[in-house]
Formats: sequence, C-alpha cells, structure tokens
Amino acid sequence: MVPLESLSPGETCFVGALQGGHRFVSRLASLGFTAGAEVTMVRNFGSGPVIVLVRGAQIALGRGEAHHVRVHRSEAGFNASPS
Amino acid sequence: MHRHHRSETSLRRRETAPSAVEVETIVVALAGQPNVGKSTIFNMLTGLSQHVGNWPGKTIERKSGSYERDGVAFHVVDLPGTYSLTASSVEERIARDYVLHERPDVVVAVVDAAIPERSLYLLAELLLLPSPVVLVMNMMDVAESHGVTIEPRVLEAALGIPVVPMVATRSDGVARMIDAVASVASRSYPYEPRRPTILPAHEEVLTKLIALIASYVRDPYPVEWVALKLLEGDEEIHSMIESLVPPDVSEAMHRVLFQHEDAVLDIAGARYAWIGRMVRAAVVRPRVGLVGLTSKLDAVLTHPLWGTGALLAVLAIVFALTYLVGAPLQEWLDALVGGYGASLASWAPTVGVPVWLADLVANGVVGGAGMVITFLPILAIFFLALGVLEDTGYMARAAFVTDRFMHHMGLHGKSFMPLLLGFGCNVPAVLGSRIIEERRARILTILLAPMVPCAAQLAVVTILGAALLGQAAGFVVWALVALNLVVLAGLGLALHRFVLRGEASVFIMELPLYHRPNARTIGLYVWRNIVAFLQKAGSVILVASLVVWFLSYFPGGGEVTGSYLAVIGRALAPLGRLMGLPWQVAVALITSFVAKENTIATLGVLYGDVASNMRAVLTPPAALALLVVQMLFVPCVATVAAMKQESGSWKWTAVGVGTSLLLALSAGVATYQIGTLIAGG
Repeated sequence: MVPLESLSPGETCFVGALQGGHRFVSRLASLGFTAGAEVTMVRNFGSGPVIVLVRGAQIALGRGEAHHVRVHRSEAGFNASPS
Repeated sequence: MHRHHRSETSLRRRETAPSAVEVETIVVALAGQPNVGKSTIFNMLTGLSQHVGNWPGKTIERKSGSYERDGVAFHVVDLPGTYSLTASSVEERIARDYVLHERPDVVVAVVDAAIPERSLYLLAELLLLPSPVVLVMNMMDVAESHGVTIEPRVLEAALGIPVVPMVATRSDGVARMIDAVASVASRSYPYEPRRPTILPAHEEVLTKLIALIASYVRDPYPVEWVALKLLEGDEEIHSMIESLVPPDVSEAMHRVLFQHEDAVLDIAGARYAWIGRMVRAAVVRPRVGLVGLTSKLDAVLTHPLWGTGALLAVLAIVFALTYLVGAPLQEWLDALVGGYGASLASWAPTVGVPVWLADLVANGVVGGAGMVITFLPILAIFFLALGVLEDTGYMARAAFVTDRFMHHMGLHGKSFMPLLLGFGCNVPAVLGSRIIEERRARILTILLAPMVPCAAQLAVVTILGAALLGQAAGFVVWALVALNLVVLAGLGLALHRFVLRGEASVFIMELPLYHRPNARTIGLYVWRNIVAFLQKAGSVILVASLVVWFLSYFPGGGEVTGSYLAVIGRALAPLGRLMGLPWQVAVALITSFVAKENTIATLGVLYGDVASNMRAVLTPPAALALLVVQMLFVPCVATVAAMKQESGSWKWTAVGVGTSLLLALSAGVATYQIGTLIAGG
C-alpha cells in the first residue's frame, strides 16, 4: 500500500486503510473512503492539497490528510505494481 | 405549529385512522449533504417567511419557514448540511437530535442526482431514525449533462419510500415533493423502507449489544440505532449509555466493543454496499471521471500559479465593483443623513425641544444609526458578489488555492471565505468562522478577522490620507492595506506557533460541480447577511454611539473641549506624544471604537476643516502614524461583540482586542520615531 498523495493525476487506486483518529476516519468513511473504494487522483501539484475523485464526487484533501489514506495500486492495468 | 410535540400514542392513533383532513400543520425537516441544493429548495418553499435564529445553545444558524397549499400548512425546518449523522460535528448532532427529539412528521432527504452514491449515504443513516423519509433527487439536469441517468420509479421500488426527481433551480418537482410529503404524513402512501443492513460479520456482535442495553435505552432512542452507534464508536451515545447502565453491563459492553474497535470503517462500507444494491437497477453512471466544464475550469482555477492569478483577478473585480458602484452611493447617503441630522438639530430647539435632547437625537441617534445605514450599499454589493461566487461553486476552489498559504498559519482554505468577508465588514467575517469545524482553527480565524481592513476603515484612511498627505495618499492607502495583510499573516504565524499550538487543522472539503447561480438563492443570501448586520451591528453601534455622545456632551454642555471625552484624551496625551499626535486624535481614535467612521466625524468636530487645520499640527511622520494606528486599532464594538459570541470566551476576545491595541500603538510609535529620524536626518 502507498499513501494517496503519491499518485499522479489520472491514476486510479483502491482504498486499503485509513490511519488516524476515530473522528478523522469516520469523516473520511462517510465521504466514501471505505475499504476497496475506487479513488482517482485529479490534481496533484507535488505540494499543497490534492483533489481526488471518490464515488463520483471531487474531494480536496490537505496533503497531510491524504497521507493518512493508504491505497492499493490497481493489480491489473497500466500501473500494475506489487505493493 | 407545535403539533410535533405530540406523544407517541397520538402517532399510533393516526396510523389507524388515515384521514388527511385533520392534518393542519405538517412538520417537515429538510436534510441533505452540503452542496445538494437544499437551501434552494428551502428558499423556494419559504421565501421571505423564513425565520433565522440559532439552534438552542449553539452558534449554528437555524432556519425555518412555512409553506401553505390547499389549506395544509407545512412548517419547514432546514437542518444543517451534513455528510452523515455521527456525532463528529455540531451540525451532525443538531440534525440527528432534531429528528430524534422533535419527531418531524416527514424528513425530506435531498440528494445530488449527479453523485447519487455519495449523497445517498445520509439517507442510509436517516432511514434508521423513526421519522418517515421522502427522497428528493435534485439537480436531475446536472446529472443528465454528466451522463448519469436515473429511473426514480425503479429507485422508489427498491427503497420502498417516495422518490421525487427535481430541478430546484427551475422549480421543477416541488409540487410532486409536497404531494409525496402530504401522502406520507397522512399515511396514504404504503411506506415500507428497506433499511440498510450491516456486514454479516457484525450481526452477531450487534445482537449481543442490543441484548445488553435494550432494557436501559430510553425514548426517543431506537435501541438498534443506539447499538449501531456504539459499534461506530460514537462518543456522545457512548457516554449517554454509560450513564444509564449498571457497572456490570458497562463492563460487558466494553469487552464487546473492544474487539470491534475498527468497525466504523466496515459499517460505512456496508452502507455503501447497500447503496450499491439500491441503485444498481436505477442508476447508470458513465465509467469515465469528470468531464465537461468543471474539469476544464478546474485545470486553470485550481492550479497553484494560474489559480492564484485567477483568484487575484476575481478579487480585483469584486473590489472594483464594490467601490465603483458602492462608494458614490455611500457618500450620497452620508450627505443625506448628515443633512437631516443638522437640520433636525437646528429646527428642534425652535419648537421647544431642549437643546441637549435635539443634540442627542441629531448626533447620537441619527449620527450612530445613520452611519450604519450609509454603509449598506457597499455591503449589499459586496455580499452580492460573494454570493455569486459561492453559489457557482467557485469559493471552494478559492479555498483550495489558498490552503497552501493558510497552512502556514495553522489554518486551512476554509478560513479564506470568512476572512474575505472581512473586507466588507468584520462582523460577518467573525460570524462566518462557523463553517470551520475545529475549535482551534475557528478561534484563530476569529482572532485574525479584525485585522482585515473593513469598508469603513478603508473609507477613513482614504479620506484622512487625502486630507493629510495629498498626492501621496493613493500609494499610502495601498501600502497600509498591504501592511494589514502582512500583520495578519505574521500574527497568524505567531499565534499558531506560540499560543494556539497544535496540529494544523484538518482540510477535507468537497469541490462541487460548477453551476449557474440561482437569483433567488443569492438574493436571500444578501438579504440575510444585511439583516444580520443590521441586527448585530445596528443595536450595538446605536448604544455605543449614545455613550460616546454622553461623554462628548457633558459636562461642557456641547463643547467637546470641556467634556469627559476631552479629559480622557488629555490623560492619554503622553502616549500620543510618542506618536506626535495631540489629544484630539486620541479622542477621535476612542470614538472610532464605536464605528470606524467616527474618526472623521470627531476630527471634524474638533478641528473644523481637517485638511488645513490638521496639516498645521501634524508633521508628515505623525500623519502617517495616525493612519497606521487607525488601520490596526482595536476592532469596533460590534465586531468585539461578535467575537465574544462566536468564541464563547472573554479570554480570547480580550486576547484579540489586546493584541490589536498593542500592535497599533507600537506600530504607531515606530512609524513616528523612524519617520522623524529619517525626515530629520
């Protein structure tokens, strides 16, 4: 698993785990960041906040917050890599 | 109106007698996630009948209103926009407490048809509460333009509750929504909801929990819901149950919960799986990501460089519009009010009114209240511009772009909007801090908001600058605004590092799709902000201006030089000398505490022709010091009142006021001393 902010724009992954306090996890979960959910990186400028697409909605996350979302890279497909 | 206080038994009685005739008022709660167009629906139903207050004991806005059709009245309560109903934010607690304790006849769950899965999450939670739910699929037009097709009837069959398609911005579907609400309230609709289930892995533990707590849970809490919330780790429900159960049950409960600490993610996952099953046949969504306008605009507007440039351009347009259109109106109103005041003061004594009373009304009441009114055009235009930016979805992008900078002050992008409001008036800026979830970031925003130069402050430095410095004024005013923003950033950094230490706050924010702004929504936004400003600022400023009037009128009987105010000013003279400022200026600054514009008025009274007479007294460094102090000086009394209300703490209010006083005076002294040194050398 890799941290969410390491994805490049256009890359799609699947949520593996959320790290952090209960409140933080609960907030992200209600926004659709649940195990196995598909996340697509929309904007990532290498620093500052990122924008991801999850369950059809665009969500902006601070870089620190994105770091607490761990994702699996797609097994099949262009970006396949073991994690 | 308050029929919803009825007891459980009357609810059952109505189940057996489904006649709609006896229904007079149907209480409807509007629930929905942020950005689903809930307020558009609310505004359409209630219009100007809406009542805006606060939720009891909270600083969150409570909006309600009424709508009538065919002799049936609908009392509509707008619940705060929330993504879910856990207790992780005040809004969520308010929303669920309202549904649980007030038992509205019907809850209308509004979802965004363009992102059905995500926005149905709230429905999954609402269905576990006792009130029946009507589902509204709003923004069907946006969904269609994004290639999302929805079959409301298929969804209705799957869910077992009424599903109403809607395009609220075109008033399309409102009548059907009211039909559905009425038929559910009168029990003529076969309401049989399929409720979400949890993972099979958790069923056993849930049954165990229910068995443990069942006999202790009291009305109005459904036992199964309480058990689920315990499993989700809901702090509020947890402490409620702790207070109800005996120690042995509590211990048993803890053992069960300890083994399932991470259930929260699975429960959310199960809800999404349930949503997936519900929408499978009813919703077809294209596999591709976002396309169209939103994607194209965002490529520029969220870019660190182009996005910042675009933001600066947008702000330049907003300010140009505000001042080009608003300033002449303000001057015109100012002259009008001033004229009335003056003629009142000279006319009243001729018909037997005591001179002091005429002066009180003319200078105290008309002067104070008039000041507030003259700034209304500027504020209205400013709020209008911000309302448009907010309603199109741009504000979320502005927050995203500014998050980079705000981060260094321990804030995040969400603080940008309230701070921006501050350029109009600091009062709504402080009130606007409510949108920030964490208390720490909210306090920080409240402390920084007064550093934003408001319309009145800008007017004062512009007028004074022109009077005292002539040609250089334009440049000086810009430099002063820049100085304020630098001080704001510095103060933010310092507070974040040394006072309100802690982690930078959590930035999680949805970026809604761009859409065409709705005139009604924006109109009501402007209206509500103006009314709030008049209520908050108007009353406080009026009282304060009466106090200042008293201090300036007595004991001299109208001669300011012999008044209490002059006594105070002379006492402060030593401090003023450090800045090269005479006592009259100190008096003017004190009166500016009531309202910033007072500086000009007071100086006018004390000096007559400000431009020529003050230039004779003040050296250029002293004039500059005056402008610097004016710019950084303590926020006006209405802002201080708002700071106290929103922070709920005298301590933080005092910190805010004290900091600006200290900053203003030291910057003033530094400006004068350094300026004199340079000018002299």
